Amino acid sequence: MTVDLILFLILALVSVSTALGMLLSRNTVYSALFLVLNFVTVAVFYLLLGAPFIAMAQVTVYAGAIMVLFLFVIMLLGTEVLPASNILPWQKPLAGGLAAVLAVEAIYLLLVRARSVAQVTSPDVAINSMDNLREMGKVLFSTYLLPFEVTSILLLVAMVGAIVLTKKEKA
Amino acid sequence: MVPLSWYLILSAGLFSIGLFGVLTRRNAVAILLGVELMLNSVNVNLAAFWRYGDVTQMAGQVFAIIVFAVAAAEVAVGLALVISVYRKRNTVIADDIDLMKW
Repeated sequence: MTVDLILFLILALVSVSTALGMLLSRNTVYSALFLVLNFVTVAVFYLLLGAPFIAMAQVTVYAGAIMVLFLFVIMLLGTEVLPASNILPWQKPLAGGLAAVLAVEAIYLLLVRARSVAQVTSPDVAINSMDNLREMGKVLFSTYLLPFEVTSILLLVAMVGAIVLTKKEKA
Repeated sequence: MVPLSWYLILSAGLFSIGLFGVLTRRNAVAILLGVELMLNSVNVNLAAFWRYGDVTQMAGQVFAIIVFAVAAAEVAVGLALVISVYRKRNTVIADDIDLMKW
């Protein structure tokens, strides 16, 4: 019980601080590496929630494939550090205010208005992750077959789009 | 067991940090990094609601997997756009990509 809580608090601290590091580091390569660490901690959250498949998918797809693509593009373009500018001096305070309003609003609603929701759930039943995984495979290819196929078409379109966009145009 | 609201607060915080990144960063690649963080925090919500709701209903996890695929597609197309813009205009600063600005 308490082990879960301690683990959650440490992980939450790590994930929020890496997200802030992503935000504050001026070098985009460091931002991307901070985000990799953030994705790995979120994968541990999934394990804590009893969802091993999406935890592993998170590590391979997000922390592996997507972030490698990001780092590749950042280093290919060679624009890691941009010079500072003051074209829009009001942009940062305004964005900070908007983000803070969103966070405070969501946390207020969760803490004050939805207290009953927080207490109604006590899933003490241990879940069997193997059965769980089998069930998800079945559901993915029966109930959710149409979304699954649509996703594959989406990936195909994205692949073709990426190739067309980066192709050298004939002058 | 950790209360459900803690997960939701964590994911709201991550979403807000990502939103701030999207609104303030000038590098187009860094803006995409912020979008990734926002998508990821939504996935935490989905997994948490799945675990604290009916565990036999798999909709939460299936939706999270579909969000993974959408994020991958978004990154591929977004980075292709950044490379294409860099080739034409030799910049990745979002302020300078203003050809269609009135």
